[in-house]
Amino acid sequence: MNLNRKNVFGICLTGMLLSLIISCSDDFIDVPSNDPNSEEFFNTEEDYQRALIGAYDMLHSTYLNVLLGEIASDNTLAGGESANDVPGIQQVDDMIHTSENIQLRDIWGWMYAGVNRANFIMEFKDKTEFTGKNEVIGQTRFLRAYYYFELVKWFGDVPLVVDERILFGDQFNVDRTPKAQVYAQIEEDLEFAAANLPASQAEIGRVTKGAAQALLGKVLLYQDKFSESANVLEAVINTGPYSLITDYSTMFENDNENNAESVFEVQYTDLEGAGFGCLQCSEGNVAVGFNGIRSYTGPTFESGFSFNVPTQEVVDEFENGDNRKAVAILDIDAWAALTGATFVTGFEHTGYYNRKYIARQGDLNTGDANLTNPNNYRSIRFADVLLMASEALNRGGIDDARARTYLNRVRLRAGLSEVTSSGSALTSAIYKERRVELVGEGHRFFDLVRTNRAAAEIDGFVTGKNELFPLPAIEIELTGNRWAQNPGY
Amino acid sequence: MKYSFLIAAFLLVTTISFAQNFNVNGTLVEADTNFPLLGASVIQKGTSNGVISDFDGNFSIDGIPMNAVLEISYLGFETKEVVVTSANFLNIKLETDSESLDEVVVVGYGTQRKKEITGAVSVVSSETIEELAPTRIEEALQGQISGVNITATSGAPGSGSNIRIRGISTNGNNQPLILVDGNVVVELSVVNPSDIESISVLKDATAGIYGVRAANGVILITTKTGRKGSELKFDYNVYAGFQETTRKLSTLNATQYGLLVNESFANNGESIPFPNVAPLGAGTDWQDQVFTNAIKLSNDFSMRGGTENSTYSFGASLLSQDGIVGGNKSNFTRYNTRLNFNTEILDKIKLKSGLTYVGTSNKGLAQNSLGSVLFNALNNDPTLNVLDDNGDFTLSEGTGGEVINPVAQIANTNNTTKVNKISGFFGLNYEFMKNFSAEANIQFNYAEVEGRTFNPIAYYGAGKVFNKDRSEYIETLNTFNDYTFDAFINYENTFAEKHHLNVILGTSVFKTEGEFSGSIGFDLEGYNFGNASLSNSSDVINFFPNGNATFDSRLLSYFGRVQYDYKGKYLLSAVIRRDGSTKFGPDNRFGYFPSASVGWIMSDEKFLEDSSLVNFLKLRASYGILGNDGIPDYRYVSILNGEGVYVFNNELIIGIAQGAIANPEIRWEQQETFDVGVDARFLSNRLNIAMDYFDRRTNDLLLIPGVSSILGNTAPGSSAPFVNAGDVSNKGFEFQIGYNDKFSDDISFGVNYNFTTLKNEVLKVDNGLGFISGGGFGIGQGDVARMEVGMPIGFFYGLQTDGIFQTQAEVDAHPTQIALGANAQPGDIRFVDTNGDGMIDLKDKTAIGDPIPDITMGINVSFDYKNLDFQMYVFSSIGNEIVRNYDRNLALTNRTTYALDRWTGAGTSNVNPRVTTGATGNGIFSDYFVEDGSFVRAQNMQLGYSFSEKVITDIGLDKLRIYASVGNVFTLTKYRGFDPTTSSGNPIGGGFDNGFYPSPRTFLLGVNLKF
Repeated sequence: MNLNRKNVFGICLTGMLLSLIISCSDDFIDVPSNDPNSEEFFNTEEDYQRALIGAYDMLHSTYLNVLLGEIASDNTLAGGESANDVPGIQQVDDMIHTSENIQLRDIWGWMYAGVNRANFIMEFKDKTEFTGKNEVIGQTRFLRAYYYFELVKWFGDVPLVVDERILFGDQFNVDRTPKAQVYAQIEEDLEFAAANLPASQAEIGRVTKGAAQALLGKVLLYQDKFSESANVLEAVINTGPYSLITDYSTMFENDNENNAESVFEVQYTDLEGAGFGCLQCSEGNVAVGFNGIRSYTGPTFESGFSFNVPTQEVVDEFENGDNRKAVAILDIDAWAALTGATFVTGFEHTGYYNRKYIARQGDLNTGDANLTNPNNYRSIRFADVLLMASEALNRGGIDDARARTYLNRVRLRAGLSEVTSSGSALTSAIYKERRVELVGEGHRFFDLVRTNRAAAEIDGFVTGKNELFPLPAIEIELTGNRWAQNPGY
Repeated sequence: MKYSFLIAAFLLVTTISFAQNFNVNGTLVEADTNFPLLGASVIQKGTSNGVISDFDGNFSIDGIPMNAVLEISYLGFETKEVVVTSANFLNIKLETDSESLDEVVVVGYGTQRKKEITGAVSVVSSETIEELAPTRIEEALQGQISGVNITATSGAPGSGSNIRIRGISTNGNNQPLILVDGNVVVELSVVNPSDIESISVLKDATAGIYGVRAANGVILITTKTGRKGSELKFDYNVYAGFQETTRKLSTLNATQYGLLVNESFANNGESIPFPNVAPLGAGTDWQDQVFTNAIKLSNDFSMRGGTENSTYSFGASLLSQDGIVGGNKSNFTRYNTRLNFNTEILDKIKLKSGLTYVGTSNKGLAQNSLGSVLFNALNNDPTLNVLDDNGDFTLSEGTGGEVINPVAQIANTNNTTKVNKISGFFGLNYEFMKNFSAEANIQFNYAEVEGRTFNPIAYYGAGKVFNKDRSEYIETLNTFNDYTFDAFINYENTFAEKHHLNVILGTSVFKTEGEFSGSIGFDLEGYNFGNASLSNSSDVINFFPNGNATFDSRLLSYFGRVQYDYKGKYLLSAVIRRDGSTKFGPDNRFGYFPSASVGWIMSDEKFLEDSSLVNFLKLRASYGILGNDGIPDYRYVSILNGEGVYVFNNELIIGIAQGAIANPEIRWEQQETFDVGVDARFLSNRLNIAMDYFDRRTNDLLLIPGVSSILGNTAPGSSAPFVNAGDVSNKGFEFQIGYNDKFSDDISFGVNYNFTTLKNEVLKVDNGLGFISGGGFGIGQGDVARMEVGMPIGFFYGLQTDGIFQTQAEVDAHPTQIALGANAQPGDIRFVDTNGDGMIDLKDKTAIGDPIPDITMGINVSFDYKNLDFQMYVFSSIGNEIVRNYDRNLALTNRTTYALDRWTGAGTSNVNPRVTTGATGNGIFSDYFVEDGSFVRAQNMQLGYSFSEKVITDIGLDKLRIYASVGNVFTLTKYRGFDPTTSSGNPIGGGFDNGFYPSPRTFLLGVNLKF
């Protein structure tokens, strides 16, 4: 053994130790994430566009607003497998829902997630300039308005946070904002969107000027601002690229999505799988699987969970000769007799299914097939715009003749005779038309509430209480017990 | 030892003593292996006359008088005394002594003699491991060590275990730190048990030297290596056998099923589905169709040896195990090779190194969940055959969306997960001056985990959630890479022959990184699992469209330790660490964590020194604070790793969105641990006892609270933030007693018993609600387990029952149960109005049990007679509850036979409700579904025969033993499910049995060879 070699080893080892101790300054544990840090984002147009996709994404979760909104109305019953199948849905159907309702909290949370994703873009809207930025901001503000409108419809006064995310800790400081103020913000957002968005978009599915105007008109109508509403809705009618499609029977088929009647459509796809663990993560229309026929085998349609089943009453609401009835309502017994299809009866079986939005054959059925139906939700149809304009003109006492014209366009397309009435009779005719034209599409409950007809139509509806849904009790607790609950809950 | 006294006594009376001094020559070998023992001391008892054995184990000692006693001692072996009666050459064999107090135990950045350890440390020796012949190391720890509770996550081959050292102290990961020769190992399945020399478990604050990752305790595994100056020796072990299920549940046969289904339809006024039950017969017992006897086979080979300056070892092993459900469809195969090499490169410079390769291949079936194979076997319609008249699998109709033909399910399951892992360590130690040494070690692990899954088109019945209209192929590749680099300087000295001091100063860095990738493709018609690939699929979707997910977490630590003892009697050890973690924001990144322990070896005091009863008595106490950072990365900052996907032009468009909600304030979770204990030995070391009382308190527990969802945490890819918002206490008492005796050369006997009590209590949940809920029951019932102040973590939260309504009058006299979904009728469960508001609803939910055992225990008996050896080992868990959640309870699903004891009229049953297809509240989570999960299990019985030396030396063997063993022999329990010993291990939501895959019973025949 030679002393020199040993010294060399010793020096090496000491060197290693020293270099380790030196190299391991505290910086060693200062590691940035590979994913972008939200505070350091928005450096390119691409960044804005990607964040905008994130804001659009929450539209997928509105399947529940549509499903539960329809079940809340007198159009459908909850259905499902049994009385205990999704108790939150069953309770809303029976108007015995409480502030513990899980689905109501889902809607609350998902809509706020949408608001936050839009506000994230707005928080950094001035960071980087590029051409076409106003279009990005226009779409962002439309989406924010869309989510806030849902929140106001369901819950009334809701915390209004604008142009900044609600960060952890902020939840203890935000208060419920009066509904009028939230509406004012929604209107402002939609006006900006209408002014900055093109009449048509190269990419199908993006928000257009007409969509912003139509939603604005709807928001105004919900506030009984009839003349403003009529103005903006008539602008859509007169200047927008929309028309009623002649053959109503093709309206809700998957090969006729984004048609001439479609003012705003939530875009769903069957390209990606999904699971019950995260329904809001599905890129498909979850409501369609829920609405589907229980344990079905046969042509045309596919199985589902038999929720949201139409009542005899709404079926009877269709006039003789209304060509929409066979499109909106599936008489399952008649269908089974005709085709030899088989099915199992679910809870509260009425014999009818919501044919507009039940699962159809021909899609990819990417697993779980019940959760990935590709049926787009026709959020705002031109028929709806016509009927809203008609209502605004009539109820605002502005022009019953134009109101009748719009109403009759819808009726003629349905194969029905023209209405000739005016005044309150015309109002009733418009209401009736809205119900049958839009049955199964999630509007009825809110239409009844805003026109003060809910108590008369919906079993169990308590005036002064059920106009609004309860704030989730847990949300009140988790924000520091400062928010007053909605009346009656 | 005893027999040498006998010999001495014999010699004393039969030989004439005369004064004559010998020169005694001999050789020392290890009894088991005949390895020569280098450096053993041979001393004439009562004198200072002694020598050390040489390289070949030879010694030569002068001047030994007739009948003098030679005392031969060697670290880790039983000291032996030999009476000198002639000048004949002595062949002396030393027995290894795992119980020796002089045995060296690895305690973190160094070793310590067992005698001088001041912490609560338990050791499992290689003999225990050999006796148990486990396929997984956890099986050798289970019930052997007080304070360590192990439950299997499943009985499926290759599945992991939940290891809990002294209870559940955090809401996150409760697994201890596991080090194999210093390498961090996440999964014990990668280690071949027969490679193991010893296992030490650090249970108290003395684990603090390992810092951050040691908060849940530390398991230190040392693998076998050669001994210096020993010749090359070989070991070969093989066993083979089969496994079977320990239990089948008694489900209804087809006739019983038909009658009960008819009754439930009739009770709801519906027409009966089986008007004629006569032809139904026994039908299909689906459990018989899915359970199978499965093979298990293991081979391992190792060689080791040493030269004057080096030791080396090499090992290779192969294990293959089929599953008792699905056989080869749940096969687990592990192959492993290992190389260790230690040498003194130069005088005072030591090198140690090792390299291990492990490959595993695992197939899996759906298990432990709604819709798993066993769940379906219990719930599927027994009137169906496996195959229909066309030879196709029968379809399950009317049994709900989740219950399908389990045989079809097995046939359609095709997956493999392959792990390739290389681990290594390399270390240098240099005594650079007197009393000082410096050491640097690097350890690394690199693993690739490759998953392939093929799901063919499948149709199980209308509306089944498992139906596949498109075939799918999924491929994932995850890589993991970590290293630990430690460097420290050690100073050791003794002053005035009394004050012994050892000081260590060092630093440690740890970095772990990984990458996850995967894609799914569709429509592989004409392909099978063997030839399916992404390139022959359509519509391929990348799971990580924004680039593969990666992580990079690091730790940086500085530590110092002082160990002092006075005359080896008064012992003190103190540690301080500064730990930094990437998990926390810049202001909270570093924490300082002190711990200290003291010990007093009372048996070395004058008043006990000469005691014939007490051979050893030590009191010890420890206290310390350890930091825990067991949360995911980047929770202090808002990262854009959420999911933002929308559809334009009918195509998926990938955007970006916020991930988990950030909380910049998160800081170290702190575990404050106190332990006081006694170690004692009596009756010539034959009886040993260890007792500990421990009090562990976790402060600033990192947990995910309920938060207001206006934060956006319910969006895809997002989640609620972590906060430091809870305190949890675990208190308990551990007791371990062992008695080992050798009655004669032919008979020896040993028994070891231990128990641990545990009281878990949540002290604080500061999240605005006062509780955190979790768990899932039936379909869609949540908030069934909670973490709440004053209760054990994860207790069951449901309705309390009060028998069955016998009459309508009883129903009318009781608060209404309409809020549970239907008005109660006679035959329905009567729930207790715990909040006294005059109605039964979900607000009446209360504590109805918990999954944490009050006491766990183990007993281990060994008995050797001549060439036969016998071991038996039993463990038990008492006071834990399990939720029966494997019944789907639909109109046409099958049931277990307790349903036959249902209510059918006043006075028929006060336990089991009526059957009906109508709406009832009977399925709401209540104590009706909670069962006592206590059990006693005979885990292993083994009988071995070692051929006598005379026979085997002729054929060149050192040892030949054959044995037969039965694993999981029997279980005594009142629990009605498959297996009370398995659990998901979740702190909140554990203990719900969705049809646990039971641990199999194994029958093995094996051979141990040494040559």
